[in-house]
Amino acid sequence: MGKTLFDKIWDKHVVEKIDNGPSVLYIDTHFIHEVTSPQAFKGIEKRGLKVFRPKQTIATADHNVPTLNQHLPIKDALSRMQVEALIENCNNHSIELYGLGHPYQGIVHVIGPELGITQPGMTIVCGDSHTSTHGAFGTVAFGIGTSEVEMVFASQCVLQTKPKTMRINIEGDLQKGVVSKDIILYIISKISASGATGYFVEYAGSTIRGLSMEARMTICNMSIEMGARGGMIAPDETTFNYLKGRKFAPTGEQWELKKKEWETLFSDDDAAFDEVLSIDASAIQPMITYGTNPGLGIAINARIPVTDTIPDEGERKNIIKALEYMGLQSGKSLIGMPVQHVFIGSCTNSRIEDLRSVAALIKGKKKNDSVQVMIVPGSQQVARQVKEEGLDIIFSEAGFVIRQAGCSACLGMNEDKIPAGEYCISTSNRNFEGRQGAGARTLLASPLTAAAAAITGVITDVREII
Amino acid sequence: MKALSKINSSIVPLPIENVDTDQIIPARFLKATTRDGFGKNLFRDWRYEQDDETKPKLNFILNQPEYSGEILVAGKNFGCGSSREHAAWAIVDYGFKAVVSSFFADIFKNNALNNGLLPVTVSENFLQSIFILSNTSTLSIDIEEQTITIDQIKQTEKFELNPYKKTCLLNGYDDIDFLLSKRTAIENFEKELS
Ligand code: SF4
Repeated sequence: MGKTLFDKIWDKHVVEKIDNGPSVLYIDTHFIHEVTSPQAFKGIEKRGLKVFRPKQTIATADHNVPTLNQHLPIKDALSRMQVEALIENCNNHSIELYGLGHPYQGIVHVIGPELGITQPGMTIVCGDSHTSTHGAFGTVAFGIGTSEVEMVFASQCVLQTKPKTMRINIEGDLQKGVVSKDIILYIISKISASGATGYFVEYAGSTIRGLSMEARMTICNMSIEMGARGGMIAPDETTFNYLKGRKFAPTGEQWELKKKEWETLFSDDDAAFDEVLSIDASAIQPMITYGTNPGLGIAINARIPVTDTIPDEGERKNIIKALEYMGLQSGKSLIGMPVQHVFIGSCTNSRIEDLRSVAALIKGKKKNDSVQVMIVPGSQQVARQVKEEGLDIIFSEAGFVIRQAGCSACLGMNEDKIPAGEYCISTSNRNFEGRQGAGARTLLASPLTAAAAAITGVITDVREII
Repeated sequence: MKALSKINSSIVPLPIENVDTDQIIPARFLKATTRDGFGKNLFRDWRYEQDDETKPKLNFILNQPEYSGEILVAGKNFGCGSSREHAAWAIVDYGFKAVVSSFFADIFKNNALNNGLLPVTVSENFLQSIFILSNTSTLSIDIEEQTITIDQIKQTEKFELNPYKKTCLLNGYDDIDFLLSKRTAIENFEKELS
């Protein structure tokens, strides 16, 4: 019987399988950042160890960094200590660090791909759940906890139980105004925030093949929001074209050799998946979430579910609680509702294509007076590209504020927070209670839908303004 | 890690589904560089008004003295969201030894086990029985037997536990010692890869 894409990569990286237990899985590339690594460094140091394979470890500072005045010392003492600890740890263990001020600094899941570090067939881990993003290149990439970061430091391996596999086939053309963020929000709304727990998901089908690499990354990025261990897409010409010429991509003869190998990375026709889902792309509309987990999403022109009619008691209570937090009403439409903030950024949607699509939509327009709009590029390189392409002029003429690279209001660890009770339409990936600041109310949507709200000041069906 | 074989305790019930790691420990408390002290911020925003420790929300379970114990019992899909191990550290630091739910998010489950915190997955019916008796009954968990019992009504259920992880828990072993013992195999594997 044939093998799935996942199996091909996984099997190749198993050093040893423990009887009745997990496998010792070899890791090609380990990304680290300031928040989930300090305790792991302390752990190996306590054992008198050095990082086993520092050359396969890449560090950046992203979660906790300010997005204003990055050249100045960080004001918040605890944040500063974390960033300084990262610098010191990387020095002590000879790890390459793209820290603040470095031209490659940025959100870990944005810089890995744009530098060509992320390559098909690899195993990649990071102490961050959105490591699934790298799966867009046909890698087995997943988030790990700090104890596992310590394992990789000590041995370049993690102990992992092999997950089940799921394939999601998406076929057909997308409607106007519908982008990859809508595809993934749609899938999560269908199968729920826990619908893929225990699975590694492969996205396939004509719709996926037609997407750019950046659009594919947005989809793989949010795999974790339906509980999946990771998401992946088989590499193809789009992947190779994207990679070619990037800083750390192979060149010359090496490129040809690698490419041959990458071309074998697909699920065989007769490969068996534990679960298969089919999605009709033409049925997908621009999406928005109304609740406090990413599964609580609806088409922008649909109504919030009527809670009385939800048969499952647990789910009903859950949605009632979410609506209470969000200050929203069961059975109502969201169209026309005022928002106070628009956040365009995060490892889901802060790449150059996202920002280009926003710029194209708002060019020559001004933001509504009642909203504050913040654009946070995913990396220094994206920020430079924004300038080179003159997008910054479009943004500032529209009244959008452009910040420096980092995670920013995606998780509100730095000072970029949404005030309690206010609404933020956000291109990030999580709408949990307090995610963007204590009491903040997050509505997840695509960059286009977010940009539309920036212009009108209210939740808007983007198809009406394009 | 300390060895763990049996837990017998009253419970703290949290009958909420999809409790995510941002609720267990909000991002603003992730700035520490050590593993200690996260327990005081466990469920911070559900526990206190406006982030003020002097203003406990009296209707939140951790602020109700009649509920205490070493076992946290929560609704399904517990621990979803981010990979922050700080969530497991906060629960352990607060004093819990086990979390019982009808469904756990993957990464949380791994993180818990890596910190000697036992995640026990029970059926939805069993979970509801625990909630109904929550302030009158205790639970007994036996790791060797892989059983959990509601003591008052003597209802028992088996739970799954990976045999490797079970050995680790029962003996207090840790994964890193194990991996370090495999270094030669790993080095040989690297040679073959290149
Ligand atoms: S942008 Fe948000 S989701 Fe992505 S790595 Fe940063 S904090 Fe995590």
